[in-house]
Amino acid sequence: MSDVVATTHGETAVRGRSLAQDAFRRFVRHPTGITGVAILIVFLLLTSLAPVLRHQDPLRGNLRLRMLPPTWTMGAAELQQRDLGRFAYPMGTDALGRDILTRVLYGGRISLRVGLEAVLMAAALGTLLGLIAGFFGGWLDTFIVWFVDILLAFPGILLAIAIVAALGQSLLNALIAISITYVPVYIRIVRSVALTLRQTEYVQAARALGSRSNRIILAHVLPNGLSPLMVQFTLSIGTAILDVAALGFLGLGARPPSPEWGAMISDGFGRFRVAPWLSIFPGIAIFFSVVGFNLLGDAIRDVLDPRLKH
Amino acid sequence: MFAYVARRVLGLIPVLFGVSLLVFTIPRVIGGDPARVMVGERGSQATYERLREELGLNKPLFFNLKGFDDRGLEGLFDSQYFDFALGAIKGDLGQSLFTLTGVRQGLVARFPATFELTIVAMILAIGLGIPTGILAALRRGTAVDTAVMFIALAGVSFPVFWLAIIMIYLFTVNLGWLPSLGRLDPTMIFHSRTGFYVLDALLQGNWPVLKDALRHLVLPGIALGTIPLAIIVRMTRSSMLEVLGQDYIRTARAKGVQWGSVVNKHALRNAMLPVITVVGLSFGQLLSGAILTETVFAWPGIGRYIYDAIGQRDYPIIQGGVLFVATMFVLVNLFVDLSYAVIDPRIQYA
Repeated sequence: MSDVVATTHGETAVRGRSLAQDAFRRFVRHPTGITGVAILIVFLLLTSLAPVLRHQDPLRGNLRLRMLPPTWTMGAAELQQRDLGRFAYPMGTDALGRDILTRVLYGGRISLRVGLEAVLMAAALGTLLGLIAGFFGGWLDTFIVWFVDILLAFPGILLAIAIVAALGQSLLNALIAISITYVPVYIRIVRSVALTLRQTEYVQAARALGSRSNRIILAHVLPNGLSPLMVQFTLSIGTAILDVAALGFLGLGARPPSPEWGAMISDGFGRFRVAPWLSIFPGIAIFFSVVGFNLLGDAIRDVLDPRLKH
Repeated sequence: MFAYVARRVLGLIPVLFGVSLLVFTIPRVIGGDPARVMVGERGSQATYERLREELGLNKPLFFNLKGFDDRGLEGLFDSQYFDFALGAIKGDLGQSLFTLTGVRQGLVARFPATFELTIVAMILAIGLGIPTGILAALRRGTAVDTAVMFIALAGVSFPVFWLAIIMIYLFTVNLGWLPSLGRLDPTMIFHSRTGFYVLDALLQGNWPVLKDALRHLVLPGIALGTIPLAIIVRMTRSSMLEVLGQDYIRTARAKGVQWGSVVNKHALRNAMLPVITVVGLSFGQLLSGAILTETVFAWPGIGRYIYDAIGQRDYPIIQGGVLFVATMFVLVNLFVDLSYAVIDPRIQYA
């Protein structure tokens, strides 16, 4: 892509734009991408400003205000009797009198962070293994591909569940388990890029000129793998958030007092017939954060994939 | 073709070997001593020792070097892993530590529940997903398309267990329309010979049971079907759009073929190929036990069987169950792969 620009001498010159600039221009004109970014920014702000927005403690509640429904659904008389404002507890309180809104905000820190870290770890490890497999080949490649096939033989979050069962229940172990289940995708992406590039003339030329493997990898292989990696990365954060919540819900992730979203839904599950708000609001938070990442991921794919240019 | 099939089937062996290694190792990392668990706190040392011997837990994990010295090659493989792996090949997955029932029998007994649920979820996902995807593609860029795509996006963004809870709250607690626990009303007495309630009730002409079994399938079926539904909608739409942009579609239009006929005969058949793949893969995914859905709806399927075993640290069920599920998943995926050649004559395997 290039722009035609006027120069001071009245001539016209052509100024090139880099792929990144080009992609960025397309991205800001992409409505779903912008919506995704907007949602994520809102989440980021809300969760990082949680202590400013709500003054309640996410772990300690007011026992006199147990199991309050969202205050805006309560009658005026009852609110007055309890001396509460209409929006004092907009998402209600739980069995220990803790403010659900506060917990949802603090929970966002956990869910978003763990989702992001799990995928980051998976991407880093997967890229490394994929490079080794694709670039060096040989028995290492055979071994890594075997490893990938084994991990892919476990459907859904079964592998993560089995790993947590082995390592013991904790948020960190849930992170590790989810991370391991995402590694194969990255190995496959990077390996296929490295395999194709190894045969290209410019990589062979670089090698003939005496470039070392690590330089070829950094200068040629990684930049080429960047766009599929970025798309996969964004889309996996959404699913990782869902997986963190799923493990939390099954009691295999964050431990009870923690306001992790999945654990909160699980806490509400036992009481949802009488207090549905305990589960509803953390679920909505999960939904919107995942939608945010999915919209962003879809947009990045559209923007980076030149075949989809319209 | 035969060579290709043979190569793919043989290729499964190293994968399943790796899976068995992993499945064998995981419970042993958890730690704890199954024999101690079974004997209990007050069991005598002698009982404990005898049990360890019975369960083969006194054998080495992988290779029995002492056995090798005494009995040669046969003795070398007299170890816990080979007992497990050779047993699994023969279909013997050991027995539960607590109920002392066979793991294979446990899986066989629960498989129909999972299968029935999977079928319902897939009927929903296919029956709703393909027409909706086609509609979105034909109305590309309109409000219909946007709405469909948004719903499809939402479908993969909900936590399944959350959607399940909301549905139970709406349809069971508030409206009282549908049941949400188990496969049948507990007051109903029904002897199912195959474990497939719907099929058995149909064959026996037992209409009340049939109706109740179907009603119990609705909510978990919807919960389980949401994700495949969303994926099928997206796949159908993008595949249709790609095919509709092809030259031969334009040619067909140019020579005056009716639009409906172009869509039905030229576009649809070609667009369905990738969709069939997605359907097959989703089927394998669901069939392998939906732990979350089965937990919320107290559905006595394979996912729940494994999940309960994790809670109780019932190692034989964990390792046997996970091995079974992974094997089934790999086989279904292989079947989907191989079926391409049959469905799409353009693909030829050397």
